[in-house]
Amino acid sequence: MNNPAHIIEPYKDQTGGTISALRALVLAQGYIRDVDQHAVAELFNISQAEVRGIVSFYSDLRTNPPANKIIQVCQAEACQATGCRPLTATLENRLDIAMGESTPDNEFALESVYCLGHCANGPTAMIDDTVYTNLSSADADSLINGKPDTAPTEIVETDNRLIFNRCGRVDPLDFDAYRADGGFSTAPTSSESVLAEIRSSGLRGRGGAGFPAHIKWQTVADQPKNQKYIVCNADEGDSGTFADRLIMEGDPFLLIEGMAVAAGAVGASKGFIYLRSEYPEAAGILTEALQIARREGALNEIFDIELFIGAGAYICGEETSLLESLEGKRGIIRAKPPLPAIEGLFGKPTLVHNVITLCSVPWIIKNGGEAYRRFGVGDSTGTMPFQLSGNVKRGGLVELPFGMPLGEFIDAYGGGTRSGRPVKAVQVGGPLGAYLSREQLGTPLTYEAMAAIGAGIGHGGIVVFDDTVDLIEQARYAFAFCEHESCGKCTPCRIGSVRGRELMEDIQQSGCTKEKLILVKDLCEVMEKTSLCQMGGMTPIPVESAIRHFPGDFGLEQ
Amino acid sequence: MRLADQDLGTKQVNNTRIVTLEINGETVSAPAGTSIMRAAEEAGIPIPKLCATDSLDAFGSCRMCLVQIDGKPGFVSSCTQPVQQDLRVVTQNDDIARLRRGVMELYISDHPLDCLTCAANGDCELQDVAGQVGLRDVRYAGGSNHANDPIDKSNPYFNYDPSKCIVCSRCVRACEEVQGTFALTIDGRGFASRVATGAEDFFASECVSCGACVQACPTATLMEKSVIDHGVPDRSIVTTCAYCGVGCSFKAEMKGEQVVRMMPWKDGKANHGHSCVKGRFAWGYANHQDRITEPMIRNGITDQWQTVSWDEAIQFAANRLSRIQEEHGRFSIGGITSSRCTNEEVWVVQKMIRAAFNNNNVDTCARVCHSPTGYGLKQTFGTSAGTQHFDSVTEADVIMIIGANPTDAHPVFASQIKRRVREGAKLIVIDPRQIDLVRSAHIEASHHLPLLPGTNVPMMNAFAHVLVTEGLLDESFVQERCDLESFNAWREFAAQEENSPFAVAKITGVPEEEIRLAAHLFATAGNGAIYYGLGVTEHSQGSTMVMAMANLAMATGNIGRMGVGVNPLRGQNNVQGSCDMGSFPHELPGYRSVTDDAARGEFDRHWGVPLHNEPGLRIPNMLDEACAGTFKGLYIQGEDIAQSDPNTLHVEAALTSMECVIVQDLFLNETAKFAHVFLPGTSFLEKDGTFINAERRINRVRPVMKTQTGMAEWEVTQALANAMGYDMNYSTSAEIMDEIAELTPSFTGVSFDFLDEHGSVQWPCNAGAPEGTPIMHVDGFVRGKGLFILTDYQPTSETANRKFPLLLTTGRILSQYNVGAQTRRTENVRWLEEDVLEIHPADAEMRGIRNGDWVSIKSRIGEITLRADISERVAVGVVYTTFHHPMTGTNVVTTELSDWATECPEYKVTAVEISPANHRSAWQEKFISRRDQQIDLLPVE
Repeated sequence: MNNPAHIIEPYKDQTGGTISALRALVLAQGYIRDVDQHAVAELFNISQAEVRGIVSFYSDLRTNPPANKIIQVCQAEACQATGCRPLTATLENRLDIAMGESTPDNEFALESVYCLGHCANGPTAMIDDTVYTNLSSADADSLINGKPDTAPTEIVETDNRLIFNRCGRVDPLDFDAYRADGGFSTAPTSSESVLAEIRSSGLRGRGGAGFPAHIKWQTVADQPKNQKYIVCNADEGDSGTFADRLIMEGDPFLLIEGMAVAAGAVGASKGFIYLRSEYPEAAGILTEALQIARREGALNEIFDIELFIGAGAYICGEETSLLESLEGKRGIIRAKPPLPAIEGLFGKPTLVHNVITLCSVPWIIKNGGEAYRRFGVGDSTGTMPFQLSGNVKRGGLVELPFGMPLGEFIDAYGGGTRSGRPVKAVQVGGPLGAYLSREQLGTPLTYEAMAAIGAGIGHGGIVVFDDTVDLIEQARYAFAFCEHESCGKCTPCRIGSVRGRELMEDIQQSGCTKEKLILVKDLCEVMEKTSLCQMGGMTPIPVESAIRHFPGDFGLEQ
Repeated sequence: MRLADQDLGTKQVNNTRIVTLEINGETVSAPAGTSIMRAAEEAGIPIPKLCATDSLDAFGSCRMCLVQIDGKPGFVSSCTQPVQQDLRVVTQNDDIARLRRGVMELYISDHPLDCLTCAANGDCELQDVAGQVGLRDVRYAGGSNHANDPIDKSNPYFNYDPSKCIVCSRCVRACEEVQGTFALTIDGRGFASRVATGAEDFFASECVSCGACVQACPTATLMEKSVIDHGVPDRSIVTTCAYCGVGCSFKAEMKGEQVVRMMPWKDGKANHGHSCVKGRFAWGYANHQDRITEPMIRNGITDQWQTVSWDEAIQFAANRLSRIQEEHGRFSIGGITSSRCTNEEVWVVQKMIRAAFNNNNVDTCARVCHSPTGYGLKQTFGTSAGTQHFDSVTEADVIMIIGANPTDAHPVFASQIKRRVREGAKLIVIDPRQIDLVRSAHIEASHHLPLLPGTNVPMMNAFAHVLVTEGLLDESFVQERCDLESFNAWREFAAQEENSPFAVAKITGVPEEEIRLAAHLFATAGNGAIYYGLGVTEHSQGSTMVMAMANLAMATGNIGRMGVGVNPLRGQNNVQGSCDMGSFPHELPGYRSVTDDAARGEFDRHWGVPLHNEPGLRIPNMLDEACAGTFKGLYIQGEDIAQSDPNTLHVEAALTSMECVIVQDLFLNETAKFAHVFLPGTSFLEKDGTFINAERRINRVRPVMKTQTGMAEWEVTQALANAMGYDMNYSTSAEIMDEIAELTPSFTGVSFDFLDEHGSVQWPCNAGAPEGTPIMHVDGFVRGKGLFILTDYQPTSETANRKFPLLLTTGRILSQYNVGAQTRRTENVRWLEEDVLEIHPADAEMRGIRNGDWVSIKSRIGEITLRADISERVAVGVVYTTFHHPMTGTNVVTTELSDWATECPEYKVTAVEISPANHRSAWQEKFISRRDQQIDLLPVE
């Protein structure tokens, strides 16, 4: 086996180098040995305990020899809606192992993953960085022995593709074409005027929280001139979302330009893209795009961007956890205050934004905030790339101005359920989003209208379930997902998620009682109001919406 | 009555801007940046908390401390939320109460319900907070839990029981923030999260057993074995650790007469609530079975010991000493005071020697450690002591460590250095060996200059050369504060070519450029602080080197304020005090010469006898004269010269030739094997008095148990003086301190009452400085103008040659203390069962030595055998060992060479040859037979 020192040495001075070095060891050797951990501790001058802490935090950082062929099957909601459970059962049956196990000869292993970003074509699975889509139980054998087909995600034609205008239509790495389409062409503008346009655009963060972008920008800009950072959150972990992946794969210069404009406005000299490891193709394209942008002078000594690849932790999509991870540490949540805009990466002011937020910036700057504002409704300004998946005939990305009613959207673009059975539930906004019933399909897709019914737009994922869905199981899954992905720092999330899953399993096994429901409700209140971050804080949303909107599933009166 | 001190939850914030807010309707003010939690606690409004403790940064994980703020949605953790002007905070209402109970219900759903049989019962924050929030029911039944996680009992002093862990990370954070070792982490994530080390278990891990994690743990997860064995203590007494010169304050936590644990005292000004493995855990020697608690006498050193009464022992000793003086003259006896004893005990011994023996033959173990410090700093600055308090390092910008290994020898201060370095201060290490501060987790010295042993002085001269020739001097400081004639001479001297980095590189073996860069950094990085240890003093030019460092500090203006200074890291708990107390043959208390008639006259009057007006014998002189037959009687208080002093064979010969050797000690140490009278001593847990640490801080030592011998040590000395015809009649040690204050100008404000009121004080404490003096030479040097002294390099005659091609240097390790009399009698031996010889792989290979082999270490003086530890910590040409085990006989090979000014032995440089061996050395064989013989001579129980 190679000397670990040679594998890890190149990462010595890189931001988050510990994680990159450990990933490199996994890529080179398949797993991380004790001697490798010692070598990492030595190289980065950290303790062996710290290395152990990092290794044990990230799913990708395996410490056991991996099976020859690892079949990673997506277990998240969009794939649930299209049948990942029967597919999983068939695979388990064929290989005679349970999920998470390896065959005795270590030829095959089955692993759960939570979203591969191909939700519009679920169920999906990944083998060796290749994603296979539109699977069913019938594909189990070809997954084990061969290679099933892969379908690309469709970007639906709409009238107002402000962000996705070029995506899917152009060579993503053709810099000249990007420039010819008006990219990187804006004359230098003052920080104040950029901030003013962002303010007048009403742009809100597209990562999920919907926080007004200009407040963050202004806060970072107002910090004393010193080292500042901009960090792009490309850890798109929500099941049912793939907009970030599509834009990074399809129009990477748009993101680079968006980051450059934002960096200039807030005074950041260094940018990072934190990309989840489940997106190898995006990683390849971004790497090349960054090189081209540097060569073409779009990135330079005044502002440059580094690509950082995560190591398998959903929680790192939370901005403070992401910053910890980018510093090469365990991705545990930081308490706020201090806000990242004031004390972010390495304690410096940091503008953290989701991919789509940043990709909205070039259009706003070129066309003006007022023009942007004309799209959408009320405070939900501009367009949103909605991502339709689950049990629909036709899933994909649909960029639309805010405001279309949910049901109308599903009918117009989904073309009915794939199973042909009636729609029963729609989960909006990722795994921490609410399950909505048919009665609620008239709700317009705006931040405000969704908030009014206890739901949220989140990152724009919309997952459709037919009438075979069991909402107790979905509620159980919500807790189980939180249990799997909790960073473990705060108690309501760390323990509450487990107790919630156990309660749901108890309800599944021995029926629902009033006492059990009271306990679920009390638990949800504790998690919602006392969790340190939104992972624990929003896990009650799918649970409580399932109970509230689908009482029949819980044996309660309708 | 709870044992724990009040915990305000988060750290104190020093900010002059005060904000006022309302908490539960009460108006509360606090410095901006203070947490709501701390502001509330200080106002007497308690907020439940588990992950917050005021020694650590706020973390915000337990969610028990949630409060509501007017105008803010939801609930915020009060530990992480700073106060703001006009905020209105509610810390308790029905919603908050319900949520806290809900969180506590989750905690308890994964916690064993064994409070009644738990070691922390009554001293558990989880138990307390469950009570505070009124948890009455846990409705989650039979789910996943950690109840069956195995207990890690590998550490000799504490257990780790993960089943009780609430994952507050206080232990992990304490290891990082307080200790700076980073030996702990959380393993896994989510529900699987558990505290872990980087190894199989605690003992095999990077953990240094400082105890910070155990102290920080709010439950019984990390728990002292002594508490598991004896139960929670019920009272505590504040006292001072008796190991190194840091002088940590501890609360001795007691159950009846039994010490249950030693807990570092939060208000201790030297340690701020931190500790190391020795002070925290290695105190069991006080009750070790080897302890001798009754006086013994014998005629000759091969005779059986007889246990006798105190009166008989003292009369026997007095008769012998008096007879010797009658037969061999007034100067034929003397004594050695101990840096391990209290000031009061030392005072009485030197007084007995000066007044009852009627000579100045008093010396102290500082002779063999920091006597050059006293000499060098007195010459240059005017005071025989370090210039700073420990907290000064918090404002240092560049820290230069010379010939010291703080993480092993002064661990608590090392943690403070490391914290400052993590905050961004630069570090320069000048040491032949790669000590941990050169590179260890999160610490990396900007420069490590691994010079050849014995070349400190040229290295400092090269620093001076760089300053002088490259215009890096602080001219205005020098003009204003220093003696200019001496400065000009020094400047000329430093500029000489022989002191250039180019020339010195050849002498020291350190590349020229490294020397130049390090000197630049020291001169230009802001506040420069020098800390040094015995690697500076224990050389033939030890005093020269001390003065060279003092020159450097003056030339760069690094004296007289926070963050700077020249600071000896004193080895022993009271080495500063024993020197202050007049333990040197040429100086009366307060460093006044015995030839100074005015000073001596004062003592004559107080003590009622005329004192001798000439300096007495130093330890080496006493030993030489003993061999020559003119020195016959020696009173040795708590020092083991047969193990600790150089050239063991010579020491043994001297002791053997004496007629009355009196040893006052806890154990039958190596010296006692040559003794005629054994006077049992008291451990620090039995003493009532004061120690003075390396920062001149006078700390109280309070008895936590009765003397096991029936007599305080000063009472024994007093009885001997009385038996020899000199009247002493102190009735308490407080009276002794009163006399010290009366006769010592820098102590005039000190008394036990003052110390009990103020906690501690740094001398000078007198009319000019009634509250003491944290930093010296603030407005001017004590001697007037700072004096530059030329520091010509005179190479030691102990150089590597064809016959002895390697240089041996010596030091200590964390778990053991000096001759090991105490630490070897604790579980600390688990970390070092024998001394080993560190040797570079290249030197080992050349000699056919493999790791763990027996090797002979031969100098021109003697030979010993140890096991080899092949390590790149030492450079090629240098070998290293410790001297903690008597059978090692390290000092059998060290030579008679010593510092030119003070005769401090040159322990740090011995030319040796190493060769494979298959048996112990002749001395070691003899040692074993003598040890067995002497044990046979002990009285049978």
